[in-house]
Amino acid sequence: MSQRQVLQVFEQYQKARTQFVQMVAELATRPQNIETLQNAGVMSLLRTLLLDVVPTIQQTAALALGRLANYNDDLAEAVVKCDILPQLVYSLAEQNRFYKKAAAFVLRAVGKHSPQLAQAIVDCGALDTLVICLEDFDPGVKEAAAWALRYIARHNAELSQAVVDAGAVPLLVLCIQEPEIALKRIAASALSDIAKHSPELAQTVVDAGAVAHLAQMILNPDAKLKHQILSALSQVSKHSVDLAEMVVEAEIFPVVLTCLKDKDEYVKKNASTLIREIAKHTPELSQLVVNAGGVAAVIDCIGSCKGNTRLPGIMMLGYVAAHSENLAMAVIISKGVPQLSVCLSEEPEDHIKAAAAWALGQIGRHTPEHARAVAVTNTLPVLLSLYMSTESSEDLQVKVLFPWIFRYTSAEGGQLSTT
Amino acid sequence: MATLARLQARSSTVGNQYYFRNSVVDPFRKKENDAAVKIQSWFRGCQVRAYIRHLNRIVTIIQKWWRSFLGRKQYQLTVQVAYYTMMMNLYNAMAVRIQRRWRGYRVRKYLFNYYYLKEYLKVVSETNDAIRKALEEFAEMKEREEKKANLEREEKKRDYQARKMHYLLSTKQIPGIYNSPFRKEPDPWELQLQKAKPLTHRRPKVKQKDSTSLTDWLACTSTRSFPRSEILPPINRKQCQGPFRDITEVLEQRYRPLEPTLRVAEPIDELKLAREELRREEWLQNVNDNMFLPFSSYHKNEKYIPSMHLSSKYGPVSYKEQFRSENPKKWICNKDFQTVLPSFELFSKYGKLYSKAGQIV
Repeated sequence: MSQRQVLQVFEQYQKARTQFVQMVAELATRPQNIETLQNAGVMSLLRTLLLDVVPTIQQTAALALGRLANYNDDLAEAVVKCDILPQLVYSLAEQNRFYKKAAAFVLRAVGKHSPQLAQAIVDCGALDTLVICLEDFDPGVKEAAAWALRYIARHNAELSQAVVDAGAVPLLVLCIQEPEIALKRIAASALSDIAKHSPELAQTVVDAGAVAHLAQMILNPDAKLKHQILSALSQVSKHSVDLAEMVVEAEIFPVVLTCLKDKDEYVKKNASTLIREIAKHTPELSQLVVNAGGVAAVIDCIGSCKGNTRLPGIMMLGYVAAHSENLAMAVIISKGVPQLSVCLSEEPEDHIKAAAAWALGQIGRHTPEHARAVAVTNTLPVLLSLYMSTESSEDLQVKVLFPWIFRYTSAEGGQLSTT
Repeated sequence: MATLARLQARSSTVGNQYYFRNSVVDPFRKKENDAAVKIQSWFRGCQVRAYIRHLNRIVTIIQKWWRSFLGRKQYQLTVQVAYYTMMMNLYNAMAVRIQRRWRGYRVRKYLFNYYYLKEYLKVVSETNDAIRKALEEFAEMKEREEKKANLEREEKKRDYQARKMHYLLSTKQIPGIYNSPFRKEPDPWELQLQKAKPLTHRRPKVKQKDSTSLTDWLACTSTRSFPRSEILPPINRKQCQGPFRDITEVLEQRYRPLEPTLRVAEPIDELKLAREELRREEWLQNVNDNMFLPFSSYHKNEKYIPSMHLSSKYGPVSYKEQFRSENPKKWICNKDFQTVLPSFELFSKYGKLYSKAGQIV
């Protein structure tokens, strides 16, 4: 009899704890409650509940902590200061998948705010456990772990190197091949964030065989996945000629050109970024792009977009034209110049205008023929007005001034002097 | 006699003269010794010098030959390196020649060739047009697919609506709202409703019991798992049509837990364990572990008189050794036999048969 009463007391306590932690987790979803929660000292309470005996309470406490840390970086720092991270990392290794998901969510929320917080996560040995979570069977756990690794690797090159040293890259390449779309997205974005910092890291990603899989998945209909894949490929190819050649060898042309016709703005932007990164290295690569008909596709893409999504395409035309005069001629006959002048006149932003002016300059600077082809489209008055107007920036004025006035006000081009 | 006297007269001086003659020679002795030593040392010196000179000559010859040998080896290496360099230079020069010719040819044929450039640009523009067309087609195809998907979705939604509203169908007596008698033709919804099949009521789902009882609290304190019911719930599937048995009964039958017989459930050396248990319980009641000894001072002064059996030379035959349980030498392997009494099956099926014979109503 008395045993039953004793157990009743324990049961009530457990119910109270469960209710508390569930309510806190729910309140933490709304931003206006978070200040009040923080002032009430919820951090230390959640910390003790994290060590609770009942698994459900542990998971809900971890979830609540993750939501709080997600909100702003003061709370994330408070999480780090209360020594919650070592406990999380330790129990991450042995608990079930719900707890693993919640704990990886906390690590992600803490790591995304600043490099110092991410360094704190690395220092308490979380990388090894996250990499172990990447080998788990449940795709939700893999996704949470990959997301956490992505946010850690995003900040700078040392953190990316630490992630790579923990052996995450081959597992991420395996995650890309999984059937779940969300997991593929996160793994592709993680690889993209790792490869963007330095050529060695990009080389590591390529050595793990990621490029072939990424190139295969360009055909996938999901827009967000394509966006991440194209971003990953462009981060890999931007560092050096060898890497760009390796990406090209994976037979992305002409499949990438279909992505330029996609409905999603970000997919178009990333596709033109990828083509720009490939074309900018050497004349041979630009030649390859031109031969595959990439210039026409990019020009059409510029025509169909507005604003910042146009910028990579404009720069790509500039790079292609800069390499040699034959390529500049190829850009001209693909009807690039009218499109660029349209961009120049109708875009409100200064940096896009500067880029368009620079591209036109690269096209026109080779020979008088080229200069004439540019002048025929009546862009010179526009350029002059831009130079004269007081509100255009220094950058814009310099870019407009240099290729034109110093080169072609002299002898050749009667047409030029008349305009 | 006279000589004797003469000798005797001279005898006193003999000693002196002897001494004097010997001592005169002494400085000459030293001088001669020194001279001899000098001559010898000089000669020895000459000998040694000659020997050293001889050795030097021989050593020079050896070193000469060795150095020439090393030099010849080094020379071979140098010759190899020089040969290699020369060949590489030759190859490089030849390669440069080839590259020069090729580059000249290439530049003249392709880069500075106006007609070739025109061709190339034409090809490029053709490719561009082809790509543009292909991309247009691709975009169109995407559009069409999307439209089709939208249409299908609309169709499905309308179908579902019609199924929900099937009761608005008109009957023979009463025209429905979509079939007003004042219209020439019934509304298209009417036809839709006619085609639609009515929705069935959804069967109530098997609710999962809320486990908040005490035993469940005890169960979930283990770090292994959540509190869960004993019977595994089945994966949700469509309700089959037809007169089937109640699903909970079926599941109870299918997932019935194991009920082992008495023979399996009890351990095999139960008797030994029971004995140990008894001994342990009795040991609990002991005050002291040592054997209870008699008081030693009580019989201190008495002398013990042994019996006839004990005082004889011949002892009894120890009959303990005949028994296998007391004599380890009689064991076959290194352990004694176990006493195993298996339980019998008389009451194993009690209460588990279908018949109700013998039960108290």
